[in-house]
Amino acid sequence: MDRSNANLSIEYIGGVTVVVPTDTKILEEEQIQSLEKTFMSLIEQNAGARLLIDFSHVQFLTSSVLGLLIRLSRRVSQAEGRLRLCSIAPKILEIFKITRLDKVFEIYKDRQQALEGL
Amino acid sequence: MVGAVREPSLCVLSFCERVSQKMESGTVYTKSWVLPSTVLTVGQVCRQLLEQVRRRGFEEQDIFAIHLALEEALTNAIHHGNHNDPEKTVSVECLITPEKFDISIADQGSGFDPETLPDPRCGENLYKTEGRGVLLIRAYMDVVEYNTMGNCLHLIKYRGKAVPHKI
Repeated sequence: MDRSNANLSIEYIGGVTVVVPTDTKILEEEQIQSLEKTFMSLIEQNAGARLLIDFSHVQFLTSSVLGLLIRLSRRVSQAEGRLRLCSIAPKILEIFKITRLDKVFEIYKDRQQALEGL
Repeated sequence: MVGAVREPSLCVLSFCERVSQKMESGTVYTKSWVLPSTVLTVGQVCRQLLEQVRRRGFEEQDIFAIHLALEEALTNAIHHGNHNDPEKTVSVECLITPEKFDISIADQGSGFDPETLPDPRCGENLYKTEGRGVLLIRAYMDVVEYNTMGNCLHLIKYRGKAVPHKI
């Protein structure tokens, strides 16, 4: 574990920035703003960043988090980077499927699979 | 329970709760609130109601569904209905029995026609950052009804009934 702040840990693995939200529930505006600030900073510091968000701790999120992920995805794309998601709990993955965002994001079962080819 | 638009109180609102009527009779819980349109309202309502749902033995999948729907519905009332105006209120009436969770949430906005909401799963909407709340509410609650004006939402989750629904 390379770095952490109040609700995120950040690791660097083979040129990939792995971000792990540590809150089990992501629902408050303050949390989402904090996450967004950190993510955007990471993207801006590294042009062409390869970013992996590991959801293994997350057990609850709202549609505001989906909005954040779309903003991130857009920003990563503008910076000619890549974004993948991994280790999403089944009931959270269901939310991605209901909203069809499982077709928008590259989602992998676990970190190992997500890191291959990223 | 019939959803109805509540007229604003003439008295100054307290920070958390203007009116709180709580009745508990055996395993039936009812509560009414009139709350300011701030983000604190969402957390406060969710915490209190989810505790009551847990006490009545609802399973985790029901609790997840209720929590998600509450977050989305309250946020919509505050953000889209009342435009985050702290002078405007959100009225909540809730009935919890061992068989169901039943809630009405009313804002003081001008309302909308839920039938005209764009489908967030289609075309360019898929890449928008907002607009998924009602879809998720419909997927996770068994009854979703708006009043004619569109500023009061009535939701029911029956205990043990499988969700998400195919929308």
